[in-house]
Amino acid sequence: MAELRFRDDAALEQPAVTLDSFLTQSNATAVRLESDEDARLLIPHLDRLALVEVAFPKFRDGRGYSSARILREAGYTGELRAAGDVLVDQIAFMRRCGFDSFVPDVPLDAEAVEASLNFYGQVYQGAADAGVPVWKLRHG
Amino acid sequence: MYKYDQYDQAIVDARVAEFGDQVRRRLAGDMTEDQFKPLRLMNGLYLQLHAYMLRVAIPYGTLDSRQMRMLAHIARKYDRDYGHFTTRQNIQYNWIKLEDSPAILADLATVEMHAIQTSGNCIRNISSDQYAGAAADEVADPRPWAELLRQWSTFHPEFSYLPRKFKIAVIASDEDRAAMKLHDIGIQLVERDGKLGAAFYVGGGMGRTPMVAPLIKDFVPIEDYLSYTEACLRVYNRYGRRDNIYKARIKILIHELGAAEYARQVEEEFAHVKTLGIDPPAAELERISAFFAPPAYDAGAPDSVDRSDPDFAVWLDQNVKVHKQPGYAIVNISLKPVGGIPGDASSAQIDVMADLAERYSFDELRVTHAQNIVLPHVAKRDLYAMWQALTEADLAAANLDLISDIIACPGLDYCSLANARSIPVAQKIAQRFADLDRQRTLGELKLKISGCINACGHHHAGHIGILGVDRKGTENYQLLLGGSGAEDTSLGKITGPGFDEDGVVDAIERVTDKYLELRDTGERFLDTYRRVGFDPFKEAIYG
Repeated sequence: MAELRFRDDAALEQPAVTLDSFLTQSNATAVRLESDEDARLLIPHLDRLALVEVAFPKFRDGRGYSSARILREAGYTGELRAAGDVLVDQIAFMRRCGFDSFVPDVPLDAEAVEASLNFYGQVYQGAADAGVPVWKLRHG
Repeated sequence: MYKYDQYDQAIVDARVAEFGDQVRRRLAGDMTEDQFKPLRLMNGLYLQLHAYMLRVAIPYGTLDSRQMRMLAHIARKYDRDYGHFTTRQNIQYNWIKLEDSPAILADLATVEMHAIQTSGNCIRNISSDQYAGAAADEVADPRPWAELLRQWSTFHPEFSYLPRKFKIAVIASDEDRAAMKLHDIGIQLVERDGKLGAAFYVGGGMGRTPMVAPLIKDFVPIEDYLSYTEACLRVYNRYGRRDNIYKARIKILIHELGAAEYARQVEEEFAHVKTLGIDPPAAELERISAFFAPPAYDAGAPDSVDRSDPDFAVWLDQNVKVHKQPGYAIVNISLKPVGGIPGDASSAQIDVMADLAERYSFDELRVTHAQNIVLPHVAKRDLYAMWQALTEADLAAANLDLISDIIACPGLDYCSLANARSIPVAQKIAQRFADLDRQRTLGELKLKISGCINACGHHHAGHIGILGVDRKGTENYQLLLGGSGAEDTSLGKITGPGFDEDGVVDAIERVTDKYLELRDTGERFLDTYRRVGFDPFKEAIYG
């Protein structure tokens, strides 16, 4: 069960399998992507995926941010979970990259998360969320 | 000068509030130093040997007098009355108290300034040509393009936890005054068939493994500028090494993959990224460009200068450069007086420079990567009065690009990474060559000093470079020859065994003596070195 979930649908109970297993098993619907694994390998299989869990072994390892955007840009709409060394002050960036659930190694303070998501009302660039870049606001 | 609108201001104000909250949590003990470190680093706050250091962003090195005065105010109120201009065209303060840092950021925000992304493994402050908008040889003003990158890269959600820090420079001239090919991405605006585009050089850098960036694409149509940059970054973020911080820069990735393969992958990524609508419409560039419109020059300004004061004439010849507008000139203010600390300026001097910019340079200043200040648009008829005011403030050193115009990192006097001091070596070299006639006889000679292998003092790119190392507990200085950060970018070569502090000064003198003996008419030191090679100098040094 995710610590923090920004989705309305029911959480998936099926455990996530490794990328290798997923690519060879036709019935798995949840996969875990390690930080050095290529998210693009999942693109042909998005229609049968309900959960992708992206590993953050260290908060400094930011490969997962790209993995998330690649999946969202390819049209993935299922649950996208960040798991591991996920810290309060990263949640906003992760949300922008398309993550919608979080399983941090160390539980996060809900109030601090809420505050961190509300500091910024504007964004400079488009990403995988609904944020509208300010250049669009400027020029309609 | 770019001016914030409500959106820019709201984002910077939000950062002030956010960082204030983070510092409060840290001071209250709700956060450990380990947890706080990445957050303060995202705000340019480092813990050095003796105190916190705060680095303030000066986007593409451009600022106005109001902002410059704020920098003086911060030096006076929160530091020890001086600031240090850096090779990244920023300013840093060496004696900051953590509890003051939110107030400093709040003060900065009142003049549209911040410390966002001046450290951390993210896209750092965008650097550019200090003569932008004034140089006759540019195909366009690079600053609007640098500003576009500033906005695009600010709090970029995907690229805030890159493998390592990431530096981008944008220039628009064939003459490179920004060491563009020694950046992670160096962009040169170019024209082809009457259309503006950008040449992308990717994977340059200094540090312990210096590399000159290879050309990845010779012409990116300007409407694809941000998408192509995003594609360059995404390929790096996906593949860049995380296992070893010394191998995590993009230069290592490109070296290992090969420039052609990297370029192929960027092209593939770009084909996808371009469909995302990342590039703003032309109207946004027009909006930004309007802020950089040429100032209201006096078309009748006289183009001649009275050179009758000989000291003024020396300064004029050395520090004043050609402007594209007749009757105007580009003034370089050297922050390298003999015996001084390269790049340092007192609050009083910063105020003087602000006043002069307001009075004589259409309210504009630039910081250069060589740690000097530029007043970009000065009427020639004002040059003498300006020189007198600079002299009064001890800001009229006539040594631009001469041997005493030294780039030096803070070194072991401040920095926790350093192995050796840089500042005393710079001071001793400047004192040895204090005679300005002697310096002028030597001509252009770019000397650069780093106090450790991280190369913040650009020693690889010095015509003469010095690298401070720790040898069995004592400071030792290696000498390098033949580097260049200009359009003829090259990396210096280590001469041989290192020296102590006085020894390295002696060795430099043997090199310059040899140069005077070998040079042909009109040759700079670097030209002679390239013509005759390394050996004559090595022999002169070691006998």
